[in-house]
Amino acid sequence: MTASNQSSRAAPAGGTRDGRRDVIVRWAVISLLLTWLALPIVPLLIWSFSFRWFFPDVLPADYSLRAWQYVFSPTSGVLQSLRDTLLISGGATLLSVIIGVPAGRALGQYVFRGKSIVELLILAPIIVPGIAVALGIHVLFIRYGLANTLFGVMLVHLIPTLPYMVLVMSGVFANYDTSYEAQARTLGAGPIRAFWYVTLPAILPGIVVGGLFAFLVSWAQYILTLLIGGGRVVTLPLLLFNFATAGRNDITGAISMLYIIPGVVILLLSARYLTGNASAVGGLGRL
Amino acid sequence: MTRLNLHKLTKRYRGKTEPALDDLSLEVESGSLTALLGPSGCGKTTTMKLIAGLLEPTLGDILFDGRSILGVAPERRGAVMVFQNYLLFPYMTVAENVGFGLKMRRVDRATIDRRVAEMLELVRLPGLEDRRPKELSGGQQQRVALARALIVLPKLLLLDEPLSNLDAHLRFEMRDLIRDIQRQMGITTVFVTHDQEEAVVLADKVALIFDGRLQQYDAPTAFYETPVTRRIAAFFGGVNFFQGRRNRKQFDCAIGTFSAPRSAIADQPGILSIRPEDVRLAEAGAANSVAGRIHSHVYVGTHTRLRVSVSGGHEVCVVTDAEVMKTHKPGDPVTLRFPEEKLWVLPPDALVEPTAAHREDTRFGVTKTKGCR
Ligand SMILES: Nc1ncnc2c1ncn2[C@@H]1O[C@H](COP(=O)(O)OP(=O)(O)OP(=O)(O)O)[C@@H](O)[C@H]1O
Ligand SMILES: [Mg+2]
Repeated sequence: MTASNQSSRAAPAGGTRDGRRDVIVRWAVISLLLTWLALPIVPLLIWSFSFRWFFPDVLPADYSLRAWQYVFSPTSGVLQSLRDTLLISGGATLLSVIIGVPAGRALGQYVFRGKSIVELLILAPIIVPGIAVALGIHVLFIRYGLANTLFGVMLVHLIPTLPYMVLVMSGVFANYDTSYEAQARTLGAGPIRAFWYVTLPAILPGIVVGGLFAFLVSWAQYILTLLIGGGRVVTLPLLLFNFATAGRNDITGAISMLYIIPGVVILLLSARYLTGNASAVGGLGRL
Repeated sequence: MTRLNLHKLTKRYRGKTEPALDDLSLEVESGSLTALLGPSGCGKTTTMKLIAGLLEPTLGDILFDGRSILGVAPERRGAVMVFQNYLLFPYMTVAENVGFGLKMRRVDRATIDRRVAEMLELVRLPGLEDRRPKELSGGQQQRVALARALIVLPKLLLLDEPLSNLDAHLRFEMRDLIRDIQRQMGITTVFVTHDQEEAVVLADKVALIFDGRLQQYDAPTAFYETPVTRRIAAFFGGVNFFQGRRNRKQFDCAIGTFSAPRSAIADQPGILSIRPEDVRLAEAGAANSVAGRIHSHVYVGTHTRLRVSVSGGHEVCVVTDAEVMKTHKPGDPVTLRFPEEKLWVLPPDALVEPTAAHREDTRFGVTKTKGCR
């Protein structure tokens, strides 16, 4: 908007100035956010390509690809760890959805005796440290042969992921009119098809958002994995911790790059999905 | 074509002391159109959901063609319900909505497409296949919902307040459309309404329900000519009620003595009633008449409503020709004739139902009437 434009139309001029201030504020917020999120990543990225980097130099003295070669070499186990982490988080997410949708429906729609107790129990893992719960579960897992297994870790990840899923879904179902399902039933759909054709499309955004949350929560688990996996199940966070404590900043940096990919993808996806915009960037612009 | 029987149907929602539906029995003839009429909260939707299988009755039975369908899942009953707020599936197009029932019956695509087009033609919405529900007006949504129900040729069509969300003009149009289609297809139909006029115009038979109890199940005219209780008469616009008692061939009441109609039981108290449109203006001294003075009049276009003060501080409401406006003024004396064949005697309220809503003063002659509307 040019100055001449502003002066020629007196009344909307204030609005235009406000509009411009809005744009400035919005971009300030977005740049701040991006800086906050992206800045810590920059040194990691540089580390992953560094060969020697001494304090107080601003940049490394020498560069190399050895960290990345290590990450992608089949013998280092990084790729296998990536695969296991994906399996565990994907599985935990799937289980969260399968359990969380009906549980959320029950909580969101029905009033029943003891509902508040059930709600409290579901939220408990968010409040009580997961490790306390996991310690109790560990004994059971050992008995049933689940300790030190991938599946066992996947199950124990449900402790932190399920509450998110149930919370999101109970919110979704509180706003969902089940008459639609009843309508489908009288038109000849059995309960399963009524759910599939009528309810699922309506609650899908909730499932996606809840699922993304669940995935990220599982993706970030460290203590539960260590406890139940007993060091046999090595997910990316464990691997990262190992290299970080060993002082291998270059490899830590490279693995970190792998590690943040799902977060970034999910951020862009959800921005797009939540705002319903055609492009992911457009979605961000609406923040 | 299906005959529907409700047999001693009772529904008590959990945690409620009063049943939403209490011992309701009625038979809906095959191919007929029946109205469930009653004020808000009387249990109309509950009845529909019970028939559709969306609720389980607490007691009683539901029969289609004489066979109980209580154990049958809603999707197998063949009773399609159209909800008050249409409930078009928002994620589907109009065509997908209308074709839904056939898809669930695994009918092939080509047939579905053809039948959808036919149905949209039938409800006078041709060519709207690809629209989304939110791109339709209320009336159009209503028609799509109707088409979606009709396409499966239901044994029983259940319409929950099909007209209440439409404006007056559309309401008349939809009313005729529903009536035409129902006649044409011969589908046994039950529809819910709280509007007595709608019930009377559309239905072959009307079931009037108050507080979950069936009050009267009859042809529409019966509710005007031979209502069973004063409350029913009042629901259908009756306003002239006078406590009295039959005395041989006479009926004595607070505003005068009239020849006793056959509905009056000898030596029993009763409520004399006459519909406002049946009261005639007459010459002074005519038989079966009462003298009074015009209290006020309202011109309603097609007719005039008079409030006439008569003896004992009572009022008689009269609906008469629009012309009367010009010849009569408030304060003018008039004589009102009550044609004998139009008089109807109702049982005293106390004998029928001393419900809270109607615990009015029912001592001889001081029954309060709702007044002329
Ligand atoms: N799910 C339910 N749980 C408990 N009580 C209910 C439930 N549904 C309806 N009721 C009660 O049952 C009674 C009858 O309800 P119903 O919906 O059948 O009335 P209606 O005649 O359809 O009224 P309206 O004309 O307002 O739609 C009401 O008192 C209502 O509060
Ligand atoms: Mg209702």
